[in-house]
Amino acid sequence: MQFYRGNRLKCARLAGDRRGDRYPHSLQFYLQPPTENISLSEFESFAVDRLKLLKVVENLGVSYLKGSPEYKSKLEMELKKLKFPYRALAEEDYDARRKDHLSHFILRLAYCQSEELRRWFIQQEMDLFRYRFTELTEDLIKNFLTYVNLAYNAISKEEKDTCADKLVNSTPGFSGAKVVDMAYYKVPWSHAVDLVRTRRIYLHDGFAFVPHQDLVAIVLNNYRTNLSKALALTARSLPVVQSDERLQPLLNHLSHAYVGPDYSIQKNTGKISLEQIDALSVKSFPLCMRQLHKALRDNHHLRHGGRMQYGLFLKGIGLTLEQALQFWKSEFIRGKVDADKFDKGYAYSIRHNYGKEGKRTDYTPYSCMKIILSNPPSQGDYHGCPFRHSDPELLKQKLQSYKISPTGITQVLDLVKGMHYQLACQKYFELIHDVDDIGFSLNHPNQYFAESQKLLSGGREIKKERNQPENSQAKQSSQKSTPASSTPSCSNTKAEIKLEELEDYFTED
Amino acid sequence: MSFEPGSLPDLLPLYYRRLFPFGPYGRWLRYGGVPKSYFENREFSFTLRDDIYVRYQSFSNPQELEREIQKTNPYKIDIGAVYSHRPNQHNTVHMGAFQAQEKELVFDIDMTDYDDVRRCCSSADICPKCWTLMTIAIRIIDRALTEDFGIRHRLWVYSGRRGVHCWVCDDGVRKWSSTLRSAVVEYLTLVKGGEDTIKKVTLGDTIHPFISESLSIVEKYFEDYALVGQDILGSRESWDKVLALLPEHILFFNKKCNSIQHWEHLRKKMEKYRGSSKKVSYAEKEIMLQYCFPRLDINVSKGVNHLLKSPFSVHPKTGRVSVPIDLKKVDEFDPFAVPTISRLCHELDTINHDENEAEENEREPEGPRRSRDYKKTSLAPYVRVFEEFLEEMDNFRKGELLRISDSKRDF
Repeated sequence: MQFYRGNRLKCARLAGDRRGDRYPHSLQFYLQPPTENISLSEFESFAVDRLKLLKVVENLGVSYLKGSPEYKSKLEMELKKLKFPYRALAEEDYDARRKDHLSHFILRLAYCQSEELRRWFIQQEMDLFRYRFTELTEDLIKNFLTYVNLAYNAISKEEKDTCADKLVNSTPGFSGAKVVDMAYYKVPWSHAVDLVRTRRIYLHDGFAFVPHQDLVAIVLNNYRTNLSKALALTARSLPVVQSDERLQPLLNHLSHAYVGPDYSIQKNTGKISLEQIDALSVKSFPLCMRQLHKALRDNHHLRHGGRMQYGLFLKGIGLTLEQALQFWKSEFIRGKVDADKFDKGYAYSIRHNYGKEGKRTDYTPYSCMKIILSNPPSQGDYHGCPFRHSDPELLKQKLQSYKISPTGITQVLDLVKGMHYQLACQKYFELIHDVDDIGFSLNHPNQYFAESQKLLSGGREIKKERNQPENSQAKQSSQKSTPASSTPSCSNTKAEIKLEELEDYFTED
Repeated sequence: MSFEPGSLPDLLPLYYRRLFPFGPYGRWLRYGGVPKSYFENREFSFTLRDDIYVRYQSFSNPQELEREIQKTNPYKIDIGAVYSHRPNQHNTVHMGAFQAQEKELVFDIDMTDYDDVRRCCSSADICPKCWTLMTIAIRIIDRALTEDFGIRHRLWVYSGRRGVHCWVCDDGVRKWSSTLRSAVVEYLTLVKGGEDTIKKVTLGDTIHPFISESLSIVEKYFEDYALVGQDILGSRESWDKVLALLPEHILFFNKKCNSIQHWEHLRKKMEKYRGSSKKVSYAEKEIMLQYCFPRLDINVSKGVNHLLKSPFSVHPKTGRVSVPIDLKKVDEFDPFAVPTISRLCHELDTINHDENEAEENEREPEGPRRSRDYKKTSLAPYVRVFEEFLEEMDNFRKGELLRISDSKRDF
């Protein structure tokens, strides 16, 4: 791939209908890397969009049963919104398919770098692939398999007749009629190891006779194996890519990227009074900030990591510089710090956070990703993400002290065990606010605060159904308001993530 | 000619000089068209006198292997995997870089694993009565390997004491990962559970073709082997064991009936049971399978680096040579007719009676006369089976090359 500076788009222009040739299918195995020219801005925006998509895939996968109607409809909505291919047959899909192709390969560069990143990337890509594959019709499947050289041959009617009873006996739950109706494919047995191992398939001459409905598992397996190998290969050629200084910062940060509003521009600056903070910390702060606030009150001090994380959060909720200075000073003086020392040392760094010193960068409050992934707390620190960094036993005790129900606590701990820290925090939100569905995807502590405030001031209608947890009516009313509230911020995001701002955005480290 | 383990140090040198078929053996492990490094990177292990065990032996060519064996006269020879580097230099290789890459897929069926279902013998002992279990095992597994998995080149070998081994040598199969190998064993496994499990075979509602094919094989042998030979329904004690596998206590032991009659009664009662209770029960099939179906050791098969006793190695306790089994005559194979090393050496003596060659002659083997001595002994027919196996592989390989060059129009 070649890159050009600036916003001039220089993608290969194919004449009229020939564009369809390049991407004859809405789905692909990503076997061939793209060879066209692309602008740096398109490179970035494609990557960010796909990352957003994969994060949605991840969240939907935990919140809903994969393949259920809600899961599918929400995923389709997201694909449409982000302009990725969502309809298998859409003719006008060239741009979406191209974006799909390019963005996948760009993210490979960012996500091949560690075992953990690779695992995450493969998991989400597989879930995405599974969704798109299961949306294909039988004919499209056949076309697709031929296209990717997984031309598993469907067995002919004659062949099926001769081994019909064997097929019935080897596929559990299949009657004779079902066998006749369903398409069977001859797959080399090593592509269907699980089915062979457990003897749930008819095996003859080294070929497994796979019914159509089991084909997904096999194709997915193939996809996973290919992707895994490809990532390993990509990792090896990464040093060359990273030496391109235009790409290095972007790739490094993509894997830690937060892709929502950055809460640096607050509409309600100055609307919070210092007296309110204690109460707010219980009602509307996410657990990490509640914990930091309490530690500050208890110890009259916070170390640097805590001051950064909490200080920027406070800025994000609307505290002015003057308020911040007063807030920190009054607390620190109660501790071991005298007023003079505060003015000389700590005050400087607070002003720095507000962009009034040094580089004059207006620092942005930390996103969940950043808090979870960087700067883990050590002894004597109170920053970080409690769901990530606290011992589960201690976390449990803390939640119990907040009067959270045992069932609720178990749910939270389960999510923590599954390493879904942000979802655990979402669950915490739901338990604290006594709602069934948080209604948004949590990515940022300030988002937690903003949503909480909105909820408490009656900005959203959430009905809690005591008897029926899956009341579609209640869900619909909550869904109606959420898109409305999230769209404006999304369009802000699109405007914000432009080349210039992106660079500033990432240099605050 | 009885065998005394103590005589091994005297017999082995003679065996390795005059009888071990190094010619075909070398051809086997060179596998026709593979690069030279394939043999060089193959691991062998030797068990020497006094139980000294040496691993990571490797050789540049079959001749070097032959010389080493003739020099050290090992009690036992094992074959391991083809590695990424020469095994005898593995210490010089960066850790993690020395990897087992290829090996034949192997199976080891051991009569000891059937102790819970055979009455005639136990542990290391075998007799003509229970040997049928090996025959059944070979038939069932071989059918599955060829018909279900599409495998071509299998060498079945008598282990020398209480079981059989199978060496699968297809080019593709030698590259199989541990996952694939385990999968094959799982596919072939029906008897599950250790000492604590009474009922070791439970069939689901539908019977997979692999099971029904295997059952037809078992049925051919069941009456003679289990009812007559093992007499599994002939005494109160063995009767109770069988009864424990039935869904209900449907039949009583009758001193006046023999096993065959009891089995008939059992079948009739089971039919009635199924009719009246409307339940699906394959109890008779499950009994047959529990008593006869092959029992594999997954650990032997799944590891690419697992070492297994070499064909034509001598069993140090019985003296019997690990000889190939002729699949065309598997029912007639008699483990007790397999020559021991003492008998073979004795036969050699008789042959050389007229010739003035001292057995202690340390000179290099003189080509044809020495290397083909096995042909004049009772080892000959077994080597012939081995050679046929090799021929088949050669022919197939040539056929494949022709096919490929034809398609490339490469003359």
